[in-house]
Amino acid sequence: MEYIGIIIVAIFVNNIVYSQFLGICPFLGVSKKVDTAIGMSAAVTFVLTIATLVTFLLYKGLLEPFGLQYLQTISFILVIAALVQMVEIILKKISPSLYQALGVFLPLITTNCAILGVALLVIQKDFNLLESVVYAVATSIGFGLALIIFSGVREQLSLTKVPKAMQGMPIALITAGIIAMAFMGFSGIDQVFK
Amino acid sequence: MSKNIKVLLNGIIKENPIFVLLLGMCPTLATTSSAINGMSMGLATMFVLISSNAVISLLKNLIPDMVRIPAFIVVIATFVTIIEMMMNAYVPALADSLGIFIPLIVVNCIVLGRAESFASKNSVLSSIFDGVGIGLGFTLALTLLGASRELLGTGKIFSMTLYPEQYGSLLFVLAPGAFIVLGYLIGIFNKLQHKAG
Repeated sequence: MEYIGIIIVAIFVNNIVYSQFLGICPFLGVSKKVDTAIGMSAAVTFVLTIATLVTFLLYKGLLEPFGLQYLQTISFILVIAALVQMVEIILKKISPSLYQALGVFLPLITTNCAILGVALLVIQKDFNLLESVVYAVATSIGFGLALIIFSGVREQLSLTKVPKAMQGMPIALITAGIIAMAFMGFSGIDQVFK
Repeated sequence: MSKNIKVLLNGIIKENPIFVLLLGMCPTLATTSSAINGMSMGLATMFVLISSNAVISLLKNLIPDMVRIPAFIVVIATFVTIIEMMMNAYVPALADSLGIFIPLIVVNCIVLGRAESFASKNSVLSSIFDGVGIGLGFTLALTLLGASRELLGTGKIFSMTLYPEQYGSLLFVLAPGAFIVLGYLIGIFNKLQHKAG
């Protein structure tokens, strides 16, 4: 029950894009087409889950016992950068087809604040290992959902007439605002799981 | 000197990180629920920008080209840790309301972007000016966005009441308001720039 609560809250109530504002850069950058949106969400799910797992173990196993919590930010970002590079190399060797699909998105992920954000959040929320992984997977599903819905709307949007000054980013942001409003309708359902 | 002034103004208007380059959107949207929050986030980022620009520009001949990005990230992360610890010590309430977005300055594309495109190629002094310019542009944009949201949502700017709170729409302080207000502000900026140029 507890895990279902974490999943529902992470996907709908505290959606990572529409309510926590993490991962906005890829959200706005690669949401022009549904296909690329799906590829990006798959890459994020993959990296986010592994990164959360590794940084969690690093924090609990090394930083906390030795009282080095102040190194959190530096060590996490270095681990994530190294991890993304490693995932890229391994994927290239063992699964060229998957690499073909995700390859272009991987370098972009290092600077995706969702990855570092979730790694920091699970420490802040004091989750245990299993809760952290569940939270990471649910968050990336939430990210995928947000990205795919948004890219669908944007594909339609590119066919409509928009005033010149509002073309591109401004109208995209306003659309995102309206979707965020829809997501606010989910707030409160987490009470059921408490 | 006039070149440095030009670098400074460039960051505020022509290459404004929010309205023109559209970089660093996460803290922009997340921390601007009030003018004071937006401004503090801007100032914290400005501190990191200026210091990391200066240090990277000093080290530019020592850092091998192959590992420059990780090296830049370490420098930036060091300054982020410094500002994080300082804010926790001196302004705990503010640090609490900005929360996770202080450590996330590390992955703010503006900071790494300036390190890569400006500080690694220019002198220390002009890198500092670039940091001040981009930092001011960022702070101004965040303060403007924060002030607009605070005004529309609660009728206040910097906690000064301009009209009664019950006429405000809380929506603008909540998440959707961030997207909508920023969208309109960029639209207005585009319009004004189109007129001027």
